[in-house]
Amino acid sequence: MAKTITLEVVTPDRKVLAEEVEYVGAPGINGEFGVLPNHIPFLSALGIGSLYYKKDGKKRYVFVAGGFAEVSPTKVTVLAEVAERAEEIDLERARRAQERAEQRMRQQQEKVDHARVQAALARAMYRMKTRQQAASEGGI
Amino acid sequence: MASLRDIKNKITGVKKTKQITKAMNMVASAKLRGAQNRIERFRPYADKFYDILVDLASRVEPGVHPLLAKREVVETIGIVLVTSDKGLCGSFNANLCNAALRLAKQKEAEGKTVKFICIGKKGRDFIRKTSYEIVAQFPEHMNSFDFQLASEAGNLVIEGYLSGLFDEVHIVYGKFVSIVKQEPMAAQILPAQTESAEAVNGPKSEYIFEPSVEGLLAELLPRYVKVQVYRGLLDTSASEHAARMTAMDNATKNCDEMVGSLTLAFNKARQASITTQLMDIVGGAEALKG
Repeated sequence: MAKTITLEVVTPDRKVLAEEVEYVGAPGINGEFGVLPNHIPFLSALGIGSLYYKKDGKKRYVFVAGGFAEVSPTKVTVLAEVAERAEEIDLERARRAQERAEQRMRQQQEKVDHARVQAALARAMYRMKTRQQAASEGGI
Repeated sequence: MASLRDIKNKITGVKKTKQITKAMNMVASAKLRGAQNRIERFRPYADKFYDILVDLASRVEPGVHPLLAKREVVETIGIVLVTSDKGLCGSFNANLCNAALRLAKQKEAEGKTVKFICIGKKGRDFIRKTSYEIVAQFPEHMNSFDFQLASEAGNLVIEGYLSGLFDEVHIVYGKFVSIVKQEPMAAQILPAQTESAEAVNGPKSEYIFEPSVEGLLAELLPRYVKVQVYRGLLDTSASEHAARMTAMDNATKNCDEMVGSLTLAFNKARQASITTQLMDIVGGAEALKG
């Protein structure tokens, strides 16, 4: 029985990663789910959040937004509109985005599209969280 | 015959033009490489996306999602026309516009109204001169665009479709076949076509879906529209650069040819003038001998 499963993360602009891993944890739209090798075929939409995988006993994090995952016994394919490895995340930019979003929320003007601002805020916060998680486990 | 100086000026002019066309050729080839890379990186995403969508769609009745269902009465057709912003790329834009116009005429002959969404300046300028209505336009974007543009245009298409502004949406774009071959391509975006699925329906692995198949489709279909628009954008942009490369290469060659023939004319004129001068001198000398 195979001990690893292939994880592939693809966005419209590039292939973010393709690796043999031991475990994948993904932010499903109905809550987080974990995938081990020989998982039963499974298809799920993903929320905004951090996806992580274990390789050689080490946890690594990837930020994903607006995607879905297809799981087969030997392979996990994640198609996302945005995906960044933790070490690629620009913390400064995320922080600025968060401030901007929060400011807009406070203004509460008519023309502000709340759903959009909220999504932007969530993205910024999860980006930072992903990065911090990775940092706290010495993954970077 | 033109004077020596006229010809000389013309030669200098043609040489300068040649420098420009050559530079444009090189710029286009550099940009083409970038655009080609982008397509190649995007294709795995698009293909996988399509596979999953087709698989999902084959499990449900088309009526389950409005973007999937064929409308019984089709009155208005939306055409998304993707062209470049700039000219000087041979017949590339003209071909695209004509293909779109043909499609529009054909639909009109079937008694349907046609409305356009134009991405790229050239197509918009062309459609403006026709009697068709332009619902939305995105000029000056082709130079640098990302998924955001496809997202915006895609949302427009979806909203238009759901609100009944369109009953069917097609996209016309320049398919990038190779550096020497680009062809206008028309494809239907909405209602989403997933019929080809039936043929490959073989033994299906049993999936667990989260949320339900319907929920997933509701997530995927809007994104699928954007993916198709994005593909159109990427292809058109690569085709544009390839077409410009070829056009500028031809222009450079033509410049060489012109310089050649002008130099010949210049030399002929020079010889002629020397001959006349000699005749004058000889004639003058003969007269003096008297």
